[in-house]
Amino acid sequence: MADTVNTKTAASPGGLRGLLRSMIGGLGLLRESTIGMIGFGLVFVWALVALFAPLISPLSPTAQIQPFAPPGTVTETGQTLWLGADQLGRDVLSRIIYGSRTVLFYAPIATFCAYFVGCIFGLLAGYLGGWVDDLLNRVADIILAFPVLVLYVVIIVLIGPSGLNIILAVTFASAPGIMRIVRGLTLDLRNRDYIAAAQTSGASLSWILFVELLPNARGPLIVDACLRMGYVIITIGVLGFLGLGLPPPTPDWGSMVAQSRAMITFAPWMAIFPAIAISSLVLGFNLLADGIREISLRD
Amino acid sequence: MLIFVGKRLVYMVLTMFAISLILFLVMEINGEAVARRVLGPFTSAEQIQAWLEANGYLRPWYVRYVEWLGNVLSGDFGQSIRFRGPVADVLWPRLGNTAILAGVTFAIMVPLALTLGVLAGMREGSKTDRSITVASVITTSIPEFASAVLLTVLFTTWLGWLPGTSAMSDGWNPLELILPVMVLVLYGFGYIARMTRASMAEVMQQLYIRTAILKGLPYRTVIMRHALRNAMIAPFTVIMLQINWLLSGVIVVEVAFAYKGFGSLILEAALNQDVYLLEAATMVAVLVAVSTQVLADVGYTLLNPRIRFK
Repeated sequence: MADTVNTKTAASPGGLRGLLRSMIGGLGLLRESTIGMIGFGLVFVWALVALFAPLISPLSPTAQIQPFAPPGTVTETGQTLWLGADQLGRDVLSRIIYGSRTVLFYAPIATFCAYFVGCIFGLLAGYLGGWVDDLLNRVADIILAFPVLVLYVVIIVLIGPSGLNIILAVTFASAPGIMRIVRGLTLDLRNRDYIAAAQTSGASLSWILFVELLPNARGPLIVDACLRMGYVIITIGVLGFLGLGLPPPTPDWGSMVAQSRAMITFAPWMAIFPAIAISSLVLGFNLLADGIREISLRD
Repeated sequence: MLIFVGKRLVYMVLTMFAISLILFLVMEINGEAVARRVLGPFTSAEQIQAWLEANGYLRPWYVRYVEWLGNVLSGDFGQSIRFRGPVADVLWPRLGNTAILAGVTFAIMVPLALTLGVLAGMREGSKTDRSITVASVITTSIPEFASAVLLTVLFTTWLGWLPGTSAMSDGWNPLELILPVMVLVLYGFGYIARMTRASMAEVMQQLYIRTAILKGLPYRTVIMRHALRNAMIAPFTVIMLQINWLLSGVIVVEVAFAYKGFGSLILEAALNQDVYLLEAATMVAVLVAVSTQVLADVGYTLLNPRIRFK
């Protein structure tokens, strides 16, 4: 334990490698759960779509071709608008494909930031107890007292709508809930023998928190992270829908649905397809979470 | 028991104070920003200065906070910029509309979710259980704004059965309430149903249920008399906490259907930088959320004899 002075750098690669290994191992186990595999499939397909958006997308997401073209319209230049076009004549399919990039870029980052903050405070509260625990719990109580969307609206109004601010708002609003979960798990783990062993061998606080405690609490956290990811995707969509999301012309599923609302009677395709897109992605994460939980309960 | 309730109430009041202070500070610590929001972006420095003086914004913030808090407690929330009148005049009618929407939603969602949850949890792993569980995952995965447009396309554009907006512009029309309620129920019932299912499944494994079955009681009696009562304790908390969630849900649904309620009011206040209206609406929303939390805690203790008789 001589090198525990440098725990921060020592902890992160080990944690990452461990996470990767458990992810690969978990995927093998997941095959036993049908709904888990369906969920994984949905998420995987959307991830591929987002990754290769410029290759799959038939047209540019901002090119204005033929306003209100119904699905299947063939343009004069011979391109097919499979899912129709919106009020500015932009191809809905291409906008959905590019919109997956927006969502799958911001949602994981925001979820990760929320977990980063939530884990640190949860570990501290659970492991140290005493006044640290009290203080953090009071702060969490105050944030959790807000109906969550009211909190988002107030934060976005104060700091303005932008990608970074969405991440900040999600972190601020979700971290207390994550903190509670991590705290509970830590309370359960902190009296184990290996923690006592680390304490007696003189391990530093951050070593105990991030190397001894956090990896052993990962099971329930992975399930929660999947559910939360789905919820963050909904949140980003809702903020876009309410006009508090990313500024146009960024293709964003939530604002696509919002814009189409006034034209829903004569151009329903503008609303239907982005709505299905976001629902299928959220469903993917929720099923994945269910599958993982099912398997972890089986052992 | 009384001490417990008293403690919870005191804690609730303290939380509300903390929130009011934070809210006041983030909204009004900078008087000039408030002036700019009230007077508009193209105001000269002299006008702002005059406004600050006339409205007492040159005093220290804690003096202003105490005065603001006193006003809020006596029901005076100041003037709305957007509606050009007292905040209270728009706030209460809107809150009433939302109470109707939320009430109808709860009246349908809670019995539905409890029934489905009990049916699923009664025989864990059965076909009924699996289909209810899968259905509830699917409905909770569809965000409210997505189901709002999907249902509008189905019932308004294609079938033409229901009105697509709920502004109630031609007087009160119950038909206009159907789609918003449907969206809220679809998104919300799944969670309660799953909690009920889990609670029911746990109760069904208890020894007293086995005893009841083995002594030859009809299955109906076992469920109705022995299982249900014990399985309903956990969902009660979930249902109460669902009110907090419903306050978020109504914002989306009211905006989607142009329903003139509290949720769309908050968004309007936010988009128009209507400081006083946003403060008032947020305080009301938090008050509702916090008091339901206290009710949930107290109710749980009352319902659960294992805690009540400790």
